[in-house]
Amino acid sequence: MLAEHRMGELRDVTREMLTRGRQLAEETGAQLVTGLLGHQVEQFAEDLKKWAHQVVLIEDEKLANFNADAYQRVLASLLGDRTPDVTLIGHTSYGMDLAPALAVEMDLPLVTDCLDLRLEDGKPIALRQVYNGKLNAEMSFAGTPCLVMMRQGAIAVGTGDLDGQVARMDSPLTEEIAYRKFLEYVEAAVGDVDITQADVLISVGRGIREEKNMPLVEDLAQAMGGVLSCSRPVTDSGWLPSDRQVGQSGRTVKPKLYVAVGISGAFQHLAGMTGSETIVAVNKDPNAPIFSVADYGIVGDLFQVIPALTERIKETRGS
Amino acid sequence: MDIIVCVKQVPVTAEAEVMVDSSGRDIKKDRLVFDVNEADNYAVEEALQLTEKFGGTITLVNLGPESADKTLRSLLAKGTHEAVRLTDEHFDESDAYVTARILAAALKSLSYDLVLTGCYSSDLGYSQVGAALAELLGIPHATMVIGLEVLDGKIKVERELEGGTHERLEIDLPALLTIQTGINEPRYASILGLRKAMKKPIKVLTLTDLGLAEGEVGRDGSKVFLDTLSVPPKGEGAQILEGGPDEVSQKLVDIFREKGVV
Repeated sequence: MLAEHRMGELRDVTREMLTRGRQLAEETGAQLVTGLLGHQVEQFAEDLKKWAHQVVLIEDEKLANFNADAYQRVLASLLGDRTPDVTLIGHTSYGMDLAPALAVEMDLPLVTDCLDLRLEDGKPIALRQVYNGKLNAEMSFAGTPCLVMMRQGAIAVGTGDLDGQVARMDSPLTEEIAYRKFLEYVEAAVGDVDITQADVLISVGRGIREEKNMPLVEDLAQAMGGVLSCSRPVTDSGWLPSDRQVGQSGRTVKPKLYVAVGISGAFQHLAGMTGSETIVAVNKDPNAPIFSVADYGIVGDLFQVIPALTERIKETRGS
Repeated sequence: MDIIVCVKQVPVTAEAEVMVDSSGRDIKKDRLVFDVNEADNYAVEEALQLTEKFGGTITLVNLGPESADKTLRSLLAKGTHEAVRLTDEHFDESDAYVTARILAAALKSLSYDLVLTGCYSSDLGYSQVGAALAELLGIPHATMVIGLEVLDGKIKVERELEGGTHERLEIDLPALLTIQTGINEPRYASILGLRKAMKKPIKVLTLTDLGLAEGEVGRDGSKVFLDTLSVPPKGEGAQILEGGPDEVSQKLVDIFREKGVV
């Protein structure tokens, strides 16, 4: 299991993977070992040893910021030595840059973006979502050792009550990676509206179809005294700025009321809004994944439902 | 600047009903519309903007059936220069690693400064082929690219991390980048462009043309296998409000009042 951290913090996916990793290790009598790579990251080892039987700590200035190529060299060396049956890596931006190339170099089977991993007759079976979350897929591996990338937020975190060992290892890196250099982090700017502070969010998705339809949801937001937010396709199209985007690559919101309009509910979006107190979804596809997290659903055409709702709210507020 | 863009044709499923076919490992495709994968469309636009600025050619490479010509022609119509389709019955059921191997075999005979792919495909969504292809080609890569700037012999890229944070990197060319949606505004093809694209040849390469063996591709060459597809179990789910637009609106207003949000 590869521990993921960024800017001085362990990423949540780390404990999620440790939770599943420990369970699989206990099922089979195996050891859960977590690799912790970085520079001045010893403090994480104290935390991680509660979650794993062993923490392999490799510190090196050349690992100060994530560099997929540096990580690949260190992990190739570590996996070559230890030959774990299963290696878990987060299906994150970092993981996506690292694991596919590592799998090619080490000639290992890899399944990406897994919601879960279980053992059947001792063999790993991975669960994925395909076709916009509309179907589940079960995947098997040609053999072990294998690599598995775990989706963020897919596994409920357990408790860390182990007392593992910390083993320090020398970094196998002899030189800087000359062809790939980390420059800087860029934090997204927050504009005049902070969607994380709103009590009522009207959130719009691909179903709105065209920019000229945006006034439909703007009117509803205004009538309700709410703020407009959106899913990825709307910011990709430039209809709303990126600080209005809810989801994994945008903001995590927890308003009192979240009204999802024409949002099918890709996992990446759901990751940013399931903490809302009340969720209402309007979508024409009865099988849209958004309905599985919503409290109230309307299966219908948003172009009819939203204007009617706006009118009714205006009437109610006016009276 | 010569650029290769790997493009995939996918069924459009965002708003369509998706059903499992009799094999249990694939979906029923007869009633679905096919189009270029969304992220690949952004990759093509990025290539067009780069060649407009720096000159050079764009070659599209597609692994897919003959029917993918529709997508290739729609992208040729935007001003990309050449298209190569890799088609062979033995390629069926290849995993992402084998897909990368087939693409790598095709790229061996092409010259390029930059290889672009989408960062994710909207069908199976492995997000694996790009970085695996770069490793097979022996060139640097960066995934989830949301901005780029070409420098002398290098490229500065902005990668999307989680929670609205990005990182900037500098990597040497030639390189492979997987492009994230939203990096640009993809153009539409003109009618004239479409007419011209109908006459452009699409080069087709098979298993033997690529110097690959049967056992290296398809299910035989794969290291992971999609065993079953199924409809996810429904959780508790939403309470569905029934009725016409006015009726459901009234029900919602009642709920909003009860919750004290209106």
